[in-house]
Formats: sequence, C-alpha cells, structure tokens
Amino acid sequence: MNPTLLDPTGPSVDPETAAHPRPRAAGRQALGARQLVAALPAALRKLDPRDLVGSPVMFVVEVGAAACTVLSIAHPSLFAVSITLWLWATVLFATLAESVAESRGKAQAAGLRASQAQTTARRVVAPQDVLAHTTGRGDLLTTEVSSSSLQVGDLVVVEAGETIPGDGDVIEGIASVDESAITGESAPVIRESGGDRSAVTGGTVVLSDRIVVRITAPAGHTFVDRMIALVEGSERQKTPNEIALNVLLASLTIIFLLAVATLQPFAIYSGSRQSLIVLVALLVCLIPTTIGALLSAIGIAGMDRLVQRNVLAMSGRAVEAAGDVDVLLLDKTGTITLGNRQAAELIPVEGVDAEELADAAQLSSMADETPEGRSVLVLVKEQFGLRARESGDLVGAELVQFTARTRMSGLDLPDPVGFDGASGEGVRHIRKGAAAAVTAWVHSTGGHTGPDAARIVDAISSSGGTPLVVAERRGSEPARVLGVIHLKDVVKQGLRERFAELRAMGIRTVMVTGDNAVTARAIAAEAGVDDVLAEATPEDKLALIRREQAGGRLVAMAGDGTNDAPALAQADVGVAMNTGTTAAKEAGNMVDLDSNPTKLIEIVQIGKQLLITRGALTTFSIANDVAKYFAILPAMFVLVFPQLSVLNVMRLSSPQSAILSAVIFNALIIIALIPLSLRGVRYRPAAASVMLRYNLLVYGLGGLIAPFIGIKVIDLIVSLFPGIG
Amino acid sequence: MSTPWIAVAQILVLVVALAAVHVPLGGYMARVFTSARHLRVERAGYRALRVDPDADQRWSTYLMSVLGFSMVSVLFLYGLERLQNHLPLSIGAPAMDPAGAWNTAVSFVTNTDWQWYSGETAAGHLLQMAGFAVQNFLSAAVGIAVVVALIRGLARSGADGRVGNFWSDLVRTVVRILLPLSVVVAVVLIAMGVIQNLSAHTELTTLAGGTQHVLGGPVASQEAIKEIGTNGGGFFNANSAHPFENPTPLSNLLEIVLLLAIPFSLPRTFGIMVGDRRQGWAIAGVMGTLWAGAVGLLTWAELAGPGVVPAAAGAAMEGKETRFGTAASALFAASTTSTSTGAVNSMHDSLTAAGGGVAIFNMQLGEISPGGTGSGLYGMLVLVIVAVFIAGLMVGRTPEYLGKKIGRREITLVALYVLATPAIVLTGTAVAIATHAGQAGILNPGSHGLSEVLYAFTSAANNNGSAFAGLTVSTPFYNTLLGLAMLLGRFVPMALVLALAGRFATQRTVPPSAGTLPTHRPLFAGLLIAVALVVVGLTYIPVLALGPIAEALS
Repeated sequence: MNPTLLDPTGPSVDPETAAHPRPRAAGRQALGARQLVAALPAALRKLDPRDLVGSPVMFVVEVGAAACTVLSIAHPSLFAVSITLWLWATVLFATLAESVAESRGKAQAAGLRASQAQTTARRVVAPQDVLAHTTGRGDLLTTEVSSSSLQVGDLVVVEAGETIPGDGDVIEGIASVDESAITGESAPVIRESGGDRSAVTGGTVVLSDRIVVRITAPAGHTFVDRMIALVEGSERQKTPNEIALNVLLASLTIIFLLAVATLQPFAIYSGSRQSLIVLVALLVCLIPTTIGALLSAIGIAGMDRLVQRNVLAMSGRAVEAAGDVDVLLLDKTGTITLGNRQAAELIPVEGVDAEELADAAQLSSMADETPEGRSVLVLVKEQFGLRARESGDLVGAELVQFTARTRMSGLDLPDPVGFDGASGEGVRHIRKGAAAAVTAWVHSTGGHTGPDAARIVDAISSSGGTPLVVAERRGSEPARVLGVIHLKDVVKQGLRERFAELRAMGIRTVMVTGDNAVTARAIAAEAGVDDVLAEATPEDKLALIRREQAGGRLVAMAGDGTNDAPALAQADVGVAMNTGTTAAKEAGNMVDLDSNPTKLIEIVQIGKQLLITRGALTTFSIANDVAKYFAILPAMFVLVFPQLSVLNVMRLSSPQSAILSAVIFNALIIIALIPLSLRGVRYRPAAASVMLRYNLLVYGLGGLIAPFIGIKVIDLIVSLFPGIG
Repeated sequence: MSTPWIAVAQILVLVVALAAVHVPLGGYMARVFTSARHLRVERAGYRALRVDPDADQRWSTYLMSVLGFSMVSVLFLYGLERLQNHLPLSIGAPAMDPAGAWNTAVSFVTNTDWQWYSGETAAGHLLQMAGFAVQNFLSAAVGIAVVVALIRGLARSGADGRVGNFWSDLVRTVVRILLPLSVVVAVVLIAMGVIQNLSAHTELTTLAGGTQHVLGGPVASQEAIKEIGTNGGGFFNANSAHPFENPTPLSNLLEIVLLLAIPFSLPRTFGIMVGDRRQGWAIAGVMGTLWAGAVGLLTWAELAGPGVVPAAAGAAMEGKETRFGTAASALFAASTTSTSTGAVNSMHDSLTAAGGGVAIFNMQLGEISPGGTGSGLYGMLVLVIVAVFIAGLMVGRTPEYLGKKIGRREITLVALYVLATPAIVLTGTAVAIATHAGQAGILNPGSHGLSEVLYAFTSAANNNGSAFAGLTVSTPFYNTLLGLAMLLGRFVPMALVLALAGRFATQRTVPPSAGTLPTHRPLFAGLLIAVALVVVGLTYIPVLALGPIAEALS
C-alpha cells in the first residue's frame, strides 16, 4: 500500500496515528489457536439447524452427519464412527470460521458500548426561539435528564469535560471534541455551529468550551448504535452477490445429491450395494463444502477490513458495489491536491528586483490569515530568508483585511522618513489580491499596470495556477505593480501511479472542482486523472452522476458538506466524511471516520478483494472434487470391478482409508483456509485478464493438485490405525 | 492409405468445408433475423396463422407461443400416427399403439427423433412426409427461434423483456433457411444415389432365385432435413447405415458436413447480432475444440480399440458398414452425438467400450459441441454464464457477460438449466435400472447393460435420439418414460432460456471497461471448456464409472 495515500488531510487527523494501525487493528494478526478456542462456544451454538439452514451446503452436511450418527450407533465400527466424527467436525469448522470472523467485531462493539453508558444530559427547557434572543452565554435554563430520554429536536448544553449525550448538530458555540471513542483518533477535533463541521456524535467528549447541540437521532438509533450493530454483524444481510453464489452452490449441491442418490440403484444393479455412511461421505466430499463453510466468514471479514480502516459501511451491498465501481468522482481539494493552494514563485515585473517584491509580498500577507497567505510568508522565508516581522517592527501599521468586496488584503505602513499622518503623505500602501481587483485599485490611483504584469498574469493562469498581483503606492503617487505571486495547487505524491492502477482496473477517475476549466485541466494533467468537471456546482455533480449511471456505470464519490448530500445519495457508493454534516452522513452509504477522501480507492480495492476471495475459493472447492472422485470411486467399487483400481492413482492403502482420508481432507481444508478467508486473497490492481490468469493458476490448478497430495498424506497417517489401513 | 491417414484426411476435409460454409451461412442467418422485410409467402403464412409478425413479444408470450405451437404439433402428429392406416399412402403400415404414438410424436416435435420402431414397417409414406418430415423442419426451427430470442435478449438494452416474435422467427427459419438448403441438398443426395419415389416395397427375384423386398419412398427429401435440422430420424431402421439413405463415403461425408453446418454457423450469427464477432469466434472455438476432442478420442478408441488380435481380425468392424470403415464410422458417431442429431451410420452398441463412453459423454455435455440447431448454442451460452460467474468473481467485479450483469435471478435460471437435464437422465436411468420393467429390456448383462439404459435416457433427455441398440425400448414402460424424458429435456431448458432472455433484454447494457472480463480470449475459452467438462464430469462420473469405464478397463 502506498503510504502517502494514508496520509490524512482532514483537519482532525494526525498523520502519525493514521500511518500506524490503531490498537483495534491488532486483530489483523494471524489466526491463533486461542482465537479458535475463544470462538468455540459461539460456533457450537451455531450448529442449531435452524441457523444453519441459511447455508444449504452446510445444512446438507449436518443432516448427513446426523444420519451417520444414528447409523454408527446402530452398527458401530471404527470406520463408521470416524466418518461420523469427521462429518461433525466439518460442520463445526464452518461455524467456527463464522464465529472467528464475528469475534473481532464483538470486541470492538464492547468498546463502543462502553461509550454508550447512560449519561445525564442538560436539556434546554426553553424552545429554540428563546435561544435566538439570548446572548448565547451561560444563562440558558436547563434541566438534567437521562440521555436515553432525549427526543429528536431537543436542545442540550454540553460543556468541557462532559459527554455529548446523543447525535446532533452544533447550533451554537465552538468546542474541541475528543472523538477517540469512535474514531480511535486521540487528537481532538473542532466542532462549531454552522458550516460543514457542525455534526457531533453521541458518546464523544467535549474537551473545551461550551456548545449547544440540537439532537438529530433518537436514543437507540444513533451513529454508535448503528456502528455496534454493524461491527457485531447482527444486522448483516447477505449481499446480492453472496446470494447469487449461494444459489449456484445450492444447485451444485442438488446435482451431487442426485448423483449420489441415484448411484445406489446403479450400485445394486452392479452387485455392490453401498452403505449409507459411504454414500454420505461421498456426498459431503463432492458438494462444495469449502466455499459453503467459508462464505459468510468471507463476507464478515470483508466488512471487518473496512472497519479496520475506519470506514463504516451501512450495507454490505455498498461494499460489493465498491468493487464494481466504474467511475470515481474525486474532489480536487483534499483528495487530489493538498488542502490549499500554495505560493510557488514570485515573479517581479521589469524594473523591480526580487527582494523588493518579496518584502512587499510579505508585508501584504501579514493580514492574510488564509492558508494561501501563510504560504506566501513561508515562501519568502525559504527563498529570500526574510523572517516574519514581529509586531514591534510595524508600529503604526494598519492591516487591511481581505473582504469579499475589495478582494484584496495588505497594509498601510507609515513611512519613517516623511511621516505626516494627517494628510496621508508618505504612507506606504501595499496591496495584494486577484489581478482584476488590484488592477482596478492601481487605475483608481491614476497608475498603470503595464504590459509586463498582464503577460505574467496570463502565463500563470494558462498554466493552471492562480496569480496574485502585488502593488504598492507611496504617499499620493500613482500605484505601481511590483510583481505577481504564483499560487499553485500542490498535487499529492504518488497519486499518478495510483490512478494508473485504477485505469488498469477499468476505473475512470473524474476530478471535481470549482476552478475554471483551464486551471482544472492543468491539475488534472499533473495528477493523471482521466476527466475533469470544472466550475462544478452541486447540481453539476449530481447531473454527472446521473449521466454516468444512465450509461450503466457505477459511480463512487466522497463528500462532506450538506451540498454534497444529494450527490452522495445518488452515487452507488457514497462515502461521507465523519467531520461532515449530519445530512451528508445520512445520505452516504459509508462513513469514513478518518475523513480522508483518498480512502475511496482503498474501499474499491476491498470490495474487489471480497469478490475475488469468494470466486477463488469457489473455484478451489470445485476443482477439489476431481481428486476426491479418484479417491472414493475406486474404493467404493473395487470389490465388484477390480479393474477400477487403475483409477486409484494415489495408491491409497485401503478402500476405508481412502474414503476416510477424503473426508478428513475435506474437513481440514476448511480450517486451513480460514486465515485466507479472513485476510482475503492477495490482490494487486491489474487488468481483468491478468488477474483471471493468476487466480485460475493458483486456485484452479492449485485446487486440482492440492487434494491429491493432501489425501495421500492423510492416508499415510490413517492407514497406521489398525482396522482401517 | 492406411486407416489413421484416412481418418485425419477426412477430418481435415470436414474442417475446411465447415470453415467455408459457416461464414456465408452465419452471416445470412443474422440478416434473416434482423431484416424488417417480410416475404410474400411469409405474409400469407402469418395471415393463415392469424398472427402479427411485427409484434415484439415479451419472453413469456414468446414461451407461450413455443409451448402452444409444440403442443399442437404433438397432437397433430399423434393423430396422424394413430390414424395412418385409414389415410392414403400408408403402404400397409398399421396404426401405432398409444404409448408408441406418444413417444414418437414427442420425439419428433422435440427434435430428438428417437425411434423405437423401424421405419420400414411402422410408418407409411404419408406419416413420413406430412408427419416426420414436417416436424423435422419445425422442431429445428423452434430451436433456432429460441436461441435467436436469447441472442436478442443479450443484444438489446432496456427492452422490457421483449425478445422478438416467435412466429416470424419460426416462419423465416423454415422459409428462408431450412427449405432452400434442403431442396438443394436433396437434389445433390439424389445425384449421389439416395432414392426418392413414392413406391411401396418392390418384390424382386434375385439371380440366385430368392425373393427380395426392395424398399422405396421419398428418402432424399427427408434425408436432407434429417441432417440439416440435426433431427436424425431415419427413413429406415438402419438410418444412415442404409445404402438408400447414405450410399457412398462421399455422401457420408456430406451428411456429416450438413449436420454440423448450422450448429457451427450459429456462433457467427450470434457474434454479428451482438455486435462483436470475436464473441462468436470464441464460442465456435470452444465448440470445435470439444468436438475435435471427441472425434479424436472416439477414432482412437475404435482404431486401437479391442486389442491387437481382435483388431487384426476386424473385430472393431462389428456393427459398422464396410463401405465406410472404422474411421468414417467413428467420425460420424462423434459428430452425431455432439450435435443432438442422433442419425447413425454404425451401431453404437458395437462401438468399443471406450468409444461408446465417449458417445455418451458427448451427449451428457448437454449437446453443446456444437449441439443441435439452436439448442447447441443456447446450451453453450448457459455454460458461458456459469463460467463468467465464477471467473467474474475472480477478477473482483459483479460478473457480467456482454454488458449484462449476472445477478441472483440470472444465476438461478442458469443453475436450474444446468440441473434439469442431469436430473432427468439420472432419475430416469435409476428408475429403469431399479424396476423389473426397465431391466427386462436390457440385452447384455453387467456394465454394458447399464450403459445401454444410461445411453437411452441420456439420448432422450438431451434430445439426441441415437440409440445404443441392445436395449428393447418398444415397451409401454420405455415409450412412456423416454417420451417424458424427451419432453422435459426439451421444454424445461427452453423455458429457462427464454426467461433468461427476458431478464437480459430488460437489463441495460453496461459498457465494457478494462476491468471487464474479456470473454473472447483463449484464456476464457479454456476456462469455458474446463467448466463444461468438470460440471458434466462431476455429475456423471459415478454412473460412467460403473458403466463404460468399468467395461473399458476390464
């Protein structure tokens, strides 16, 4: 995995923790014996036929095992008892696989439940219109109620040190909140009223300040409640693909049931009536028990892999859809580029030297608190060695804040040489801003911007950058342009390679941005995305998704704002950022607790890995049958047709040992494959035909050969027992 | 030239002939089913049938038309068989008994042409011409119509389950494809020595002074459609082993070309209609590989067959015509069992055990290599979907074929299809082998006897129609049961295929991307062959082990 893609960009995430697995991700370690033993009680409970009937293959095995139990009690023999025990083991291994898969989620759910412990909430007694007239400080009338009695629409006050009693939106105030109970992330995050950072989650703790929260989810239906249900798997429903595979497996089971059931009349005709135990053994070996046993574990583990990456999928369907995605919509900011534009270069106009421009640029950015403004300070410091001025250096300076009307920032510096405050004579005005705004300002003072400045501005614009013009006016002279700051979007490292991988997998990436088409295309070319949606409004985004879907393509996107909610709901896979608004979280079918939009790519890969694991084990399971026929058929009929011993290519020691070895192999292969089904098969992005060739080789050919070896080895051991060998 | 060289040479001639034929024929058939124009004679037909040939039918209506038409055909044929002694041109043939008439009526309507009777004595000229020959055309046309509906389903996007018009497909297949081909071929066959007259038996006095019955009848006209429509019902009991049906090695080769011609051309029609000829090549390639494998194995089994001494003594020639020889007999046997034709030029009961096993396995593949007219391609397409499903998962996407997603409903239909025929074969064989009525018909004891029964039910359920001989099937027990096997083996899969066509036609087509599994490459073709062999193999291996395999290894 490319570590740069794990680098979080959301404000709430500290790179350290995201790059390293969380404590709860420790469950990813190899399957230990202790884990198996711990899962055993749950596995035994799952043997209840009413539960097992959902998995037709394993249900047939259980019925077979029950029949063999009766028979081996009636006519006990070492062979009959051994077969019976191994048949039960086969069923048990299947339920064990499911329990182990579930146990990881259970541990996590326990942790989440702890955060759900009942708290007291300070509910505002007065309705909302009262709030509108208060100053918002202190004097709200509240009563203490239990958090479980909160209704949607209730207002609660939460202060530093208190637990937020339920999901809601901050409607007043700003606070730092510890969300580690949910995200596993220790760095506090800021939550404030209005905007896209207003959603708070029940169970998280306010660390500083005081907020008023409007409850948006009734008790018992909060985000954490849903999370618990999801990680525990109690709400797990079979996904469409899993159902389709189950149908195929059921039909294979019926075919083999028929083949084995009709074998008895043929055997009787041939003078070689078979015992029911042998027929059940043959049946169990033929039906696809390996995939049948591991199917639900694979599904649970797939969801779990998402949880390990701090993504909550609200449905398994969404995880599967992620594997099918054809188009990825990626927001430029935060996903493709680092959060904001950064000053990359200072270009003076003719007749101005670079130091002078740097000095002016620095001064003009003193009042600019935006990330762009700060990046100018960083640039002049790095390139020209100009340290940021102390406030003492600028006595008497007047900062000019950026406003939407002027679209400029800067400062007015009293000239130490000829200071005359009253007339403004000698005051140095420095301005920095969008080309149009600064040009207008220069013209208003009777100055000219000159052809040089215009040329530089055009050049920067056409390269996809943003030009900021710096101008200066001394006293009452006409203002003059000093130069241009080149603001550039900085594309994240490693994305180009990642997008190339996606392209190989057949996934098209579309960058969505509010920038103009020229800028957007330049960044798109640098990042290597396939397409751009420039000057995008939320409506454009929605329209684009609908258009792609009308063409039969599946679309995935990430979003956080309320604006994004319609698009998130429309997309086949909508990943909402946890820092986002409640509306966005409701609309999406996944929530990324790390609020890292780049994670969309990982989600797609997890979806694919889930399907590949199922397909690979199905292929393996079916390919296994060939060897089992070679083991069992000669064993069944060698008495009446001695010539069939030619088919005993494994040279198994005796008919009984051959049948028992096949049954044992069939059971043990389930245990052997549990780690693989939990981890998922190895996956690297590649074109479909490359993946198919690889997987057919490993799981098709491997599945053909492995049982020949496995059964032979087991036979060598089993044949040591007197009475069988 | 030694026999192996003859074997290789005639296979090469055959392959070249098919390669030459399938391009124009496949393209022509695609035009037939996509053209908007009706011929005048077709319009007259539609008026007579009171149908609107331009109504785009939903799959369910299409299916009802197929079933309704076939039911009427069965009733008509049954009536003709029961009443033939009262009708002209019966040349003395008596009415069939009810069980026999049911079996034969179903047999010809289902394109099986299983014959419990011998044509010389049981069927008069009117029954042969108005009954059997007509059904040879119609049953072949129904098969083609159903596959055309499936192809349309795959080719269309968001068409609300509409898959075309059965009546138009049926009439066009007969009028534009089968009739013109049959007329030309019949004339060629007459030139080669196949008889064509309306005379009854002629009694001759031979040179030695004995008397001999020389048979007559409209054979050439029926022989042509027998092969072209992969029907296989012989005019005479000896079928294509009879010199009046198949006089020379040349006519023998022509007949093999004919029975393979449409099944091998349909993949091209399919490729053109879905707008990607490579898909057609891939399927034709898979069909060809399976067919070539069967021909190779069967030829090898017959040439190497029974051991050195018996082979030198000509033992493998038992049941084969000397004018064809071992190689041509093996080629015919492999081709007829892999096309659901069921015509024979040798007695399959006399094939070596291994050769007989190959013939059975060929049919058990589900008649897909290349299979019957229409039914071969739709059977193969169903297996393609099974392969796509498994392979699609392995590339990490919801499986799709030609832009159609294979979801729960699609896979359910496909699974039932795959299940249906083995269920009929195994249940039927088990019932027969476990009852006195069934065992009574068995000629040879032991493994070979099991093979005889297995062959009968395999042939019936897969609508092949060839017989292993040996087994006496002219009993009410076998007539009834095998009739049922043919009926279910034909229409249950057809219903599922049409339902599948409806599902596909409803779906919107998803455009392909680099992540889409390519289904025209050798890798996928190889997987498809493996799926066909493994799915069939795993189902039938136990019973094959007790029948042909046990016999071959002894």
